[in-house]
Amino acid sequence: MRARYRSESRFRAYGLVALAITAAFLAVLIVDVLARGLPAFFQHSIVLDVPVAADLVEEKLRADVQAIRAADYYPTTKAAMEAVIPGIESRAAQKQLMRLLSSGAADGLRERLVADPSLIGKTVKAPLLLSDDADLYFKGEGTPIAARPARGTATPSGTSGEVTILSSANDFADELVAIKKALRERAADLGAQAERIERRSRTDGTARVKELREEAAALQVRVEQPKMGEDLDARMPSRLVAINGGLVKVTKLEDSKITGDVLLPLGSDAEAKPGSWQIVKFATAESDRKVTDQEVAFLERLREKGVVQNGFNWRFFTFGDSREPELAGILGALVGSALTLLVTLALCLPIGVMAAIYLEEFAPKNRLTDLIEVNINNLAAVPSIVFGLLGLAVFLNFFGLPRSAPLVGGLVLALLVLPTIIIAARAALKAVPPSIKEAALGVGASHQQAIFHHVLPLAMPGIMTGTIIGMAHALGETAPLLMIGMVAFIVDVPKGFADAATVLPVQIYLWSDLPEAAFQAKTAGAIIVLLLFLFGMNGTAIWLRKRFERRW
Amino acid sequence: MDATPIQTMQREVPTPATTMPIKVTARDVNVFYGDKHALKEVTVDIPDRGVMAFIGPSGCGKSTFLRCINRMNDTIPSCRVTGDIRIDGQDIHDPRLDVVQLRARVGMVFQKPNPFPKSIYENVAYGPRIHGLARSKSDLDEIVMTSLQKAGLLKEVQDRLGDPGTGLSGGQQQRLCIARAIAVSPEVILMDEPCSALDPIATAKIEELIDELRENFCIIIVTHSMQQAARVSQRTAFFHLGLMVEEGETTQIFTNPRDNRTLQYITGRFG
Repeated sequence: MRARYRSESRFRAYGLVALAITAAFLAVLIVDVLARGLPAFFQHSIVLDVPVAADLVEEKLRADVQAIRAADYYPTTKAAMEAVIPGIESRAAQKQLMRLLSSGAADGLRERLVADPSLIGKTVKAPLLLSDDADLYFKGEGTPIAARPARGTATPSGTSGEVTILSSANDFADELVAIKKALRERAADLGAQAERIERRSRTDGTARVKELREEAAALQVRVEQPKMGEDLDARMPSRLVAINGGLVKVTKLEDSKITGDVLLPLGSDAEAKPGSWQIVKFATAESDRKVTDQEVAFLERLREKGVVQNGFNWRFFTFGDSREPELAGILGALVGSALTLLVTLALCLPIGVMAAIYLEEFAPKNRLTDLIEVNINNLAAVPSIVFGLLGLAVFLNFFGLPRSAPLVGGLVLALLVLPTIIIAARAALKAVPPSIKEAALGVGASHQQAIFHHVLPLAMPGIMTGTIIGMAHALGETAPLLMIGMVAFIVDVPKGFADAATVLPVQIYLWSDLPEAAFQAKTAGAIIVLLLFLFGMNGTAIWLRKRFERRW
Repeated sequence: MDATPIQTMQREVPTPATTMPIKVTARDVNVFYGDKHALKEVTVDIPDRGVMAFIGPSGCGKSTFLRCINRMNDTIPSCRVTGDIRIDGQDIHDPRLDVVQLRARVGMVFQKPNPFPKSIYENVAYGPRIHGLARSKSDLDEIVMTSLQKAGLLKEVQDRLGDPGTGLSGGQQQRLCIARAIAVSPEVILMDEPCSALDPIATAKIEELIDELRENFCIIIVTHSMQQAARVSQRTAFFHLGLMVEEGETTQIFTNPRDNRTLQYITGRFG
């Protein structure tokens, strides 16, 4: 008896553990997807006063929308950027400044000008979209920045280009020590690496070992001369000096003197008093991040000026795909999915329900109907890619329907879902108590009337549920759609059933493959949208069930 | 007389079969379910106006025979019926006869109350509507009201005709089913153990109702309860193992059965 109780409680414990594991996995999945995907729903842009030059579009062409659309907006945005961060002279720095903007930065401005051509020639306050890397920088993919006031009086040698700054105190000694320490670690690393190679292969790689040893020895020499100045490279955290309203990136550092490149021009080369200038450190080495020191300097300056704006990423929901992460939207895939599912539903529901009614209520019981039944059950288990091949062979090659079209996608998915719906509908019809049908027949209803007036309405909730489950299955299906060409990169939002389109899961698959870091967030964001779409469908199913459910 | 334990409780003067016109005639009816010979050579005349009861132990074929009369057995794929059944002289297996019309003429009340999961009104109105018996909404209203009235349900449900029929009590549901059956003005009403799922009070009400209805309809009732058969019927047929053993006036069957098997059954020695 006690053994029986023990086995019962053990069994319960197994069940609980299984449930807990499932719940934990689900929670991890959802939290992970949300954490990755939510940033995709927000997008940074900078709101600038954009001076729209009068010659952007010639006066007589301004009535023409196409002319406004076709105009070159690069000089306009460039002027706006130069106005907000003035004094950048080097071409490389100017290029980096413009790289902060997305290639579609002027899209919003362009639409405003199209709507109101009278703005041409005036200064317009407009948000300019930031590029993906700049956007990620503001989302926290940048570098920790530390600044400490300096003790000495600094004398910069100039305001732009390469400058040297002399300090009256040994302000940079700490930095020098830190750098020497880093160098020592690097030398030790190299030594260990050389040893490893040596141990693994006695004969080969001696040249490489020698090279490493030499490099380590050179570093060691630098470490052992504590007073000698050091050149900084991209593998170390960057040191900068903020002085007189400008920013200088240190390239060579001594105890009380640095040499560096001006990232943001200095206001003057006047002496800076102790405490009025700062030594800045970007903790992440430049080689370890997407944005250069120059770009960080620009972005921080933009942030100081208060022009950076974080807004809901409407573009994500209103545009199609793009190669630029900040321009890519999901609307194309969303519409593609909706159109495809519409075709699937329009085919599946009537055909599936009619087939189920015929098989359940009218079909004679013989070998043929048995065979059909077995085949329907088998079809439900056929791998979906097979349906894709079938669609490719029949719909595309034989019937010559357009490739990548929601129409064909819908047809293929209909084949896939039909068995599910037939099986669910038959089960629902079977679940209606026969007494209801008998009652209808008893008052003189024909067989058909009994089914359509009484049995079918009662089976409807079950049929709906089955259909929605089938639809959800179709929504998540990728493999068969790859076969019929819905995997293409399609920028335009499809306008009809024959337009090239892609669907949500395929879009996720495409994005997950791309190298840009910002597409990671887009992928997760698309997964969230797909899940919400699914929840929406299931919610509808539950609502329909509640609505049509009748007790008997 | 004293040997029979059951006293008939005839409320009206029993009408002899000979004086009443015959409604349903059955000659040599056989029913097979696949290979099983469920009903053997049943021959019976059922008079118009009055209650005919079929009694017998479970599985004796009485329900099967009942379902032959409105061809409900057609819905069972493996079922085969031979022999001749006529209503008012018309062969019900005549291919020219529409089975739907037949079922409108021969209503049926089932063992378990099975109202449609719709409103009380819709339950009764469904039959007249599919048969086109009502020209207008008011016609339909009247049919529904009279049917509910005849089924003795009107008073109880008058002010909640829109409520679901499934929300009524068991007895009320069964009376609703009777109202539904009489709404299409059938000539014959078949009742397949209509009280077996009901408590004694609901049963009494149904029996009272049957007693009233027999003025206007030919009622055939299958029952397990011999007391019920004795209370409500004028004629009784006893079925055993697919055979109709004996048929006659209820008083005679219960007081002076001709066949020994009948005697054994009504005295409770088997069944």
